Amino acid sequence: MRAPTSLLPLRLEGLVFDAGGRRIIRGISITLKRGPRTVVLGPNGAGKSVLLRLCHGLLTPSAGAVTWNAPELPGAPRRQAMVFQRPVLLRRSALGNVRYALKVGGIAAREQEDRAYDALCKVGLEGHADRPARVMSGGEQQRLALARVWALQPEILFLDEPTASLDPGSTHEIEKVILALHEAGTKIVMVTHNLGQARRLADEILFLHQGRLLERQPADRFLKQPASAEAARFLEGELPW
Amino acid sequence: MSTVGEAVAQALALVATRDPKLVSIVLLSLRVSLAAIVFGAMIGLPLGAWVAVTDFPGRRAVIVILNALMGLPSVVVGLVVYLLLSRAGPLGSFGILFTPAAMVIAQTILIAPMLAALTQQVIGDGWSEYREQLCSLGETRLGAATTLLWDLKYSLVTILLAGFGRAASEVGAVMIVGGNIDGVTRVMTTTIALETSKGDLPLALALGLVLLSIVLAVNAGAYLVKETAQHRYG
Amino acid sequence: MVVARRIVLGFLLAFAAGGAWATERFITVASTTSTEQSGLFGHILPIFEKETGIKVRIVALGTGQALDLARRGDADVVFVHAKAAEEKFLASGDGVKRFPVMYNDFVLIGPKSDPARVGGGNDITEALKKIRAAQAPFVSRGDKSGTHLAELALWKASGIDIEKAKAPWYRDTGQGMGAALNTANSMGAYVLSDRGTWLAFRNRGDLTILVEGDKRLINQYGVMLVNPQRHPSVKKDLGQAFIDWLVSPAGQKAIADYKINGEQLFFPNAGQPGA
Repeated sequence: MRAPTSLLPLRLEGLVFDAGGRRIIRGISITLKRGPRTVVLGPNGAGKSVLLRLCHGLLTPSAGAVTWNAPELPGAPRRQAMVFQRPVLLRRSALGNVRYALKVGGIAAREQEDRAYDALCKVGLEGHADRPARVMSGGEQQRLALARVWALQPEILFLDEPTASLDPGSTHEIEKVILALHEAGTKIVMVTHNLGQARRLADEILFLHQGRLLERQPADRFLKQPASAEAARFLEGELPW
Repeated sequence: MSTVGEAVAQALALVATRDPKLVSIVLLSLRVSLAAIVFGAMIGLPLGAWVAVTDFPGRRAVIVILNALMGLPSVVVGLVVYLLLSRAGPLGSFGILFTPAAMVIAQTILIAPMLAALTQQVIGDGWSEYREQLCSLGETRLGAATTLLWDLKYSLVTILLAGFGRAASEVGAVMIVGGNIDGVTRVMTTTIALETSKGDLPLALALGLVLLSIVLAVNAGAYLVKETAQHRYG
Repeated sequence: MVVARRIVLGFLLAFAAGGAWATERFITVASTTSTEQSGLFGHILPIFEKETGIKVRIVALGTGQALDLARRGDADVVFVHAKAAEEKFLASGDGVKRFPVMYNDFVLIGPKSDPARVGGGNDITEALKKIRAAQAPFVSRGDKSGTHLAELALWKASGIDIEKAKAPWYRDTGQGMGAALNTANSMGAYVLSDRGTWLAFRNRGDLTILVEGDKRLINQYGVMLVNPQRHPSVKKDLGQAFIDWLVSPAGQKAIADYKINGEQLFFPNAGQPGA
């Protein structure tokens, strides 16, 4: 049941973020529309994770504005979600974790069970429904985090290096789920250090450097021929990852 | 160390014959301390969790105060509660002084800050791990506190045991507000104090051994519960 | 789950509060630790209870504390052994009337080695002077109890200003009688004790009675009803019943019958004028 007015487009205007006496985000302005899978690239310390958190509301900007097309109503289920590098799961079963997310979203108990189970099926974890979540492998846990997202059916999903700690096999599984989510209508905004992953998943790329948005390009154009010198050096591997 | 030998022998004899006076004293001790844990937990656990997940002005001062109150001397608590419950005091008309209820009140006041401080610590650590994810899901502060309390319940068991240990072993508070009345408010610790001051050291030691065994048994039981559950849920 | 929790709670509350809502008839008597530790109450109270159905709850403290407790209205009856303090209690309007009940005596306890050479005498003031001269260790209760006040009076009677003469040999411990005896035992010190506590005391070690029988060592007990006009919560009828029983032939006999190792501890003297 989508709300009549979409959250997107998301507008960032003159976003600034300071912490520990340092300026981490130095004035970023951009509009994120529905549709393309957006991947954020940049060297260490560029502010990618911070940017994601500012968009998602986990951090408050020091200056500037994060403006959604429609406000999220308190008491209604959240229409944006986030997946972190290390999945944070409760000491419950896999099913229990997904049900928890639905419960927080205000979904009735009867509906919780079915939707949660469906979500587990979508990520291939239906056989693990009753296993304690915290004893699962890294790849399984991250899939569970994505199942949690599936159950919520958000309009936009932020991902902060979701496969950084996983082996290639699990990484592939995760990428499949992300693509499936996108197919189902969720806008993807992802930070990654994995150029191959960027190549596979990105429709457009945002390149951040020292807190500034240096480039915004369709993925293949950026990867073949970046417009800025910093981006070129980054792709060559000369900038610290 | 013949006193110790005598004490051990007496302890075994007391337990074996199930001396009825001893049994009633032990039961009263357990009643009082367990009730104190229940009420102390009702106050301390939510309070500790709330302080852990909420930002408010003076939060750090509250944490420091809670931690400091862990060191409240039991005799001071006893004195304050006595002054409150005395006929000459504000709550005297309830007539609770020198009854087990007064002892429960005093012990609850003694351990509630301790339970709150330790809960604040445990939940606070959990909050640093869970905060972003719970906020991302749209969880409220109250919901987060409740979820963390439930998720970390096995650590909370240890906290409750610490509280039980403190309550069951204290003598200062129950002595003053209970009056150590034979058959009414005499508990293990006050009996031990009494027998010591009567010079019957082997008996006092024997009772001490019985008290220790009870606390040990409670701890062992809780440990087993915790271990089996942790195995199941990680 | 919520219902179960509520049931447990209610149960616990009732359980814990049991004492406060008891329907039994009882009185609260403030008395002294030495009296309780002598075992007297364990002997006479069951007799009283059988006769009247009234339960007596003894809160045992030092004399000063017992009187303070009564002044706050937390006891119905006061039963101590410090006549001067008791008369002050009456004078301030906290008590109704004082009835003498019984007496026991104090004895001077000390190590068998007897460094001050007081053993065998029956003049307490001479003994105290010798102890002071020899600077032999002496343990005092120091807690304003009846025993402590009696001890201070005896020093005065010996012509010694104990406040000034206090030196390392005089140990002011602030403890009850049994605890003071424990301390005296471990220090090999002299101590003034009531006979009752001494007879019931187990941890004697090297200690023994060195001086006894002096008239000045008599320890008189008195009982008073706490003034119900000042403290309306006082159970005046039940309390008076207890007092009446204590001074009655039945009560006095019960007191005389209490013995440790065949020895009588307390000597009833309810009718004695000037006691």
